[in-house]
Amino acid sequence: MLNFDVFFENSPFAFNQMQKESYFFPAIKTLHQSHLQNCPEFEKISSLIGNEDLRQVEDLPFIPVRLFKDFDLLSIDKSEIRKTMTSSGTSGGSPSKIYLNSETAQLQTKVLTKIVNSYIGTKRLPMLIIDSKSVLKDRNNFSARGAGILGFSMFGYDIHYALDDDMNIDIEQINEFLQKHEHEQILIFGFTFVVFENFIKKLKASNTKLKLNNSLLIHGGGWKKLAENAIDNSSFKALIKEWSGISRVFNYYGLVEQTGSIFMECENENLHASIYSDIIFRKPEDFSVCEIGQEGIVQLLSLLPHSYPGHSILTEDIGKLVGVDTCPCGRKGKYFKIFGRIKNAEIRGCSDTIQK
Amino acid sequence: MTNREKYVQVFVDSFSVNPDQLDENFVYQCVPEWDSIGHMGMIASLEETFDIMMETDDIIDFGSFTKGIELLAKYDVTI
Repeated sequence: MLNFDVFFENSPFAFNQMQKESYFFPAIKTLHQSHLQNCPEFEKISSLIGNEDLRQVEDLPFIPVRLFKDFDLLSIDKSEIRKTMTSSGTSGGSPSKIYLNSETAQLQTKVLTKIVNSYIGTKRLPMLIIDSKSVLKDRNNFSARGAGILGFSMFGYDIHYALDDDMNIDIEQINEFLQKHEHEQILIFGFTFVVFENFIKKLKASNTKLKLNNSLLIHGGGWKKLAENAIDNSSFKALIKEWSGISRVFNYYGLVEQTGSIFMECENENLHASIYSDIIFRKPEDFSVCEIGQEGIVQLLSLLPHSYPGHSILTEDIGKLVGVDTCPCGRKGKYFKIFGRIKNAEIRGCSDTIQK
Repeated sequence: MTNREKYVQVFVDSFSVNPDQLDENFVYQCVPEWDSIGHMGMIASLEETFDIMMETDDIIDFGSFTKGIELLAKYDVTI
């Protein structure tokens, strides 16, 4: 198996792209070969896409994300499955099913910790989750939302949920929580759509302004519903600041198929690839690699999926590479923006449904 | 109650197990109750019992009953 030491000894954004690829490429190539050996379906699909000669990261075959909906793709024996994650499949289709063994689940947790700690520090913070506790009801079958909440809970203590079982905001409980932690930095976590629909919009509707000035918000899970409301990242941030007082807001981008190795936004509103993952933008007409600044379809690579062949996936998202190694925030590697779904792609946002 | 008794009690309450099941073989996910949700509940309960705050890395490393004893020593809790 892969030797992860070099990845855990270094800060997630420490390597410039060239240094990073000298570790990342051999590691993902090994991972790719192990999936070819252990997942017959993946071997078949790869042989159709076909590229035997892997000289660089860009040569790796990439499989469409929707294959995880249509097929049970595993590189382990079914008896080794410890957890199954699903994405909600908003279009009424079948959800993606991701099968985790303990090794992959542990890697996800460790890598998420490395990435998030580089933003909030290693000290755990009092935490407010903008969601309802009922999302975690089914312990053996997590939705992407449940998994996200649980994953991020490790960074908090005295964890409170801001919404009740009916997804209504609980102002009294929030104020009590704020009083208790008046002089501490508070970590707030939620899914983009829930933060907008069930938190910010409700605060606005009841004309209630919170004073979460000493907090930072981490949110993710997709912009589709916000795009319908014509809300972009900057106006979202402005609304959050106006109604909740939070000025430090970090979006993250990631797929349930690559849980853990998320891409986090920096102070300059760029998303960053860590040393555990990478991103390639491809031209829709021939899938060749886009130039910097050119919009393309997003391919995501991650070193974490060991129990299923999700290490190189073609998403249904559109974005562009903004630059490499040169973001003013100081983080090295690729930085980019995501614009949303490909037109006519199946509509699918992992947190966009409210579970009942 | 001794620290050992308190420590055992947290496991008993969190995972509905008998004290005599608790040894080096009692590891993460060995019973259905010790899943990722049960884990966070157990950690919160330990923190309250011993009035400590563990680091995220230690929460992740806390993979067994025995490992936990070793980790708590870092927080001046001798089991």
